[in-house]
Amino acid sequence: MREQQITRVQLIGDWLIEHSISNSQQTIDSLTTSVVELDATALGKWDSRLITFLVKLRKHTDRHNLTLNLVNLPEGAHRLLTLAFAVEAPEGASRSSKKENFFYRTGKGFLSTVANSKSVISFVGKVTLSIGRFFRGKANYQRSDLWVTIQETGAEAFPIVSLIAFLVGAILAFVGVVQLNKFGAGIYVADLVAVGVIREMGAIMTGVIMAGRTGAAFAAQLGTMKVNEEVDALTTMGIDPIDFLVLPKVIALILMLPLLSIYANLLGVMGGAAVSLAILDVSIYQYMVQTIYSVTLVDFFSGLFKAIVYGILIAIAGCRCGIECGKSAAAVGLATTSAVVSGIVAIVVANAILNVIYTLLDI
Amino acid sequence: MSDTHISVDNLTMAYGDYIIQRNLNFTINRSDIFVIIGGSGCGKSTLLKIMIGLKSPATGSINYQGDSFWDATDFQRDHLRRKFGVLFQSGALWSSMTLKENVALALKQYTDLSKNEISELCSLKLALVGLAGFEDYYPNEISGGMKKRAGLARAIAMDPEYLFFDEPSAGLDPLSSRLLDDLILELRDSLGATVIIVTHELASIFTIANNSVFLDPETKTMLANDDPKYLRDHCDNFKVRNFLQRGEAKQ
Repeated sequence: MREQQITRVQLIGDWLIEHSISNSQQTIDSLTTSVVELDATALGKWDSRLITFLVKLRKHTDRHNLTLNLVNLPEGAHRLLTLAFAVEAPEGASRSSKKENFFYRTGKGFLSTVANSKSVISFVGKVTLSIGRFFRGKANYQRSDLWVTIQETGAEAFPIVSLIAFLVGAILAFVGVVQLNKFGAGIYVADLVAVGVIREMGAIMTGVIMAGRTGAAFAAQLGTMKVNEEVDALTTMGIDPIDFLVLPKVIALILMLPLLSIYANLLGVMGGAAVSLAILDVSIYQYMVQTIYSVTLVDFFSGLFKAIVYGILIAIAGCRCGIECGKSAAAVGLATTSAVVSGIVAIVVANAILNVIYTLLDI
Repeated sequence: MSDTHISVDNLTMAYGDYIIQRNLNFTINRSDIFVIIGGSGCGKSTLLKIMIGLKSPATGSINYQGDSFWDATDFQRDHLRRKFGVLFQSGALWSSMTLKENVALALKQYTDLSKNEISELCSLKLALVGLAGFEDYYPNEISGGMKKRAGLARAIAMDPEYLFFDEPSAGLDPLSSRLLDDLILELRDSLGATVIIVTHELASIFTIANNSVFLDPETKTMLANDDPKYLRDHCDNFKVRNFLQRGEAKQ
């Protein structure tokens, strides 16, 4: 019969989380005799730090079919060790972090873009149908929600729109004054500001403000409702979340963005006038006459049409990101960021496309 | 011999001018499993919040091993908080982190352990609560009961002296609830922690608790403070006995 070889390991001193225990793995790896005796007689204070060592030791002795004898181990440590091995990891539960190669990642990215595009088209379709139901008086939504959203997206945005529009008008005027004065044509600053603000900047700046302010708010609100299963609750009651939650927001923004844009145009012209009056030798009357002669109704309506398009795009971007948000706090943050970014990108792209169309139609 | 670990002295809790409970006085011994009992709206969760430092009391004090928590400096209070482990009702796991990262955060903040050592400790804590193998899962990928257990693993990450539980059995099936009770008992026995629990679960209370306080929303004060099994069978106050006997006590 083979004689049993015993290795005695003594635990000495404190084994606490505060202290790093060096060489514990080497000690465990060096144990190869058929019996390992762990003597805890000289053990001081201990906590989970000791248990991690015991777990590693137990795994080592089990793996190598060694016998582990625990001598004078505190009762609490015994119990924790037993508890640590009480429930085994379910088969297939553990995840190995496998590195994905370039082709895999590219393919995955492409498939994700296709799925995303499909989801955008599907969402736009659902909103279009919902707007159709709204005009037929069959949409299931709360009127009070619509009025509250109109107030939030319209009247409550006045201060920020006022400030930005006034400053954008003033900035345009500053740039114009410096250049045009060189040719003695300072008065044409009024034309530059009026056409620039009314055709382009009024709508685009209002759009950017609304994408950051309202689009983000829509995404955060709907995203949080998704996390709290409020959207699921509506669905199970047979209420279409698009009608009930998205429609009032889209309608409110389609109505309010053009109105805010008209207001921004006015403030932008005032900003330009303020700078021109301060720097140029012109009267307010001269400036206003020049402004009125430089802007046509076509300019006004082309700017207004852009504002309506931006309103639709921001509302759809914000609501889609919110309604398709995941079910965690991080997902809500991601949805909000995505709503702002996609809203602004959509505005800029739409502006470029509309300008090409206007040029082709000679507008 | 009793070993007072926590004492609550003349504590009054209020939201603004609205008083929730007044003149609470009780002590909790080392390794007690202490439950805060009472009807809805009596201030159980508020008391727990005051004990863990999330809300300040209107008057009175809470002393941990003789040191007043609310009279201490911010530095002392933060130091004391490291001895706390809290399991919130929803688990309150950080959704952007994996279970392992949730458990590891306190260890990274407050110890000088290496990455490997922290990883081993996290795996141990998750194994202790029966979640071995789920280290790399995110909270939204696991069930409600598993979230509770993961929250418990995070609460015991630093081997706390004081363990607080807010409605640990809420939303769990009876079997999971029983398993959680066993786990609480096991951790108390092995870690030697003092456990404070807010719960409505009578079965759970009688299984694990050895000390309790009963808060009354009508008189706005505590009506009893003793072992809940004793209070159920022998308390002089009918309201307390009736509550603990599910409304079936005899006058």
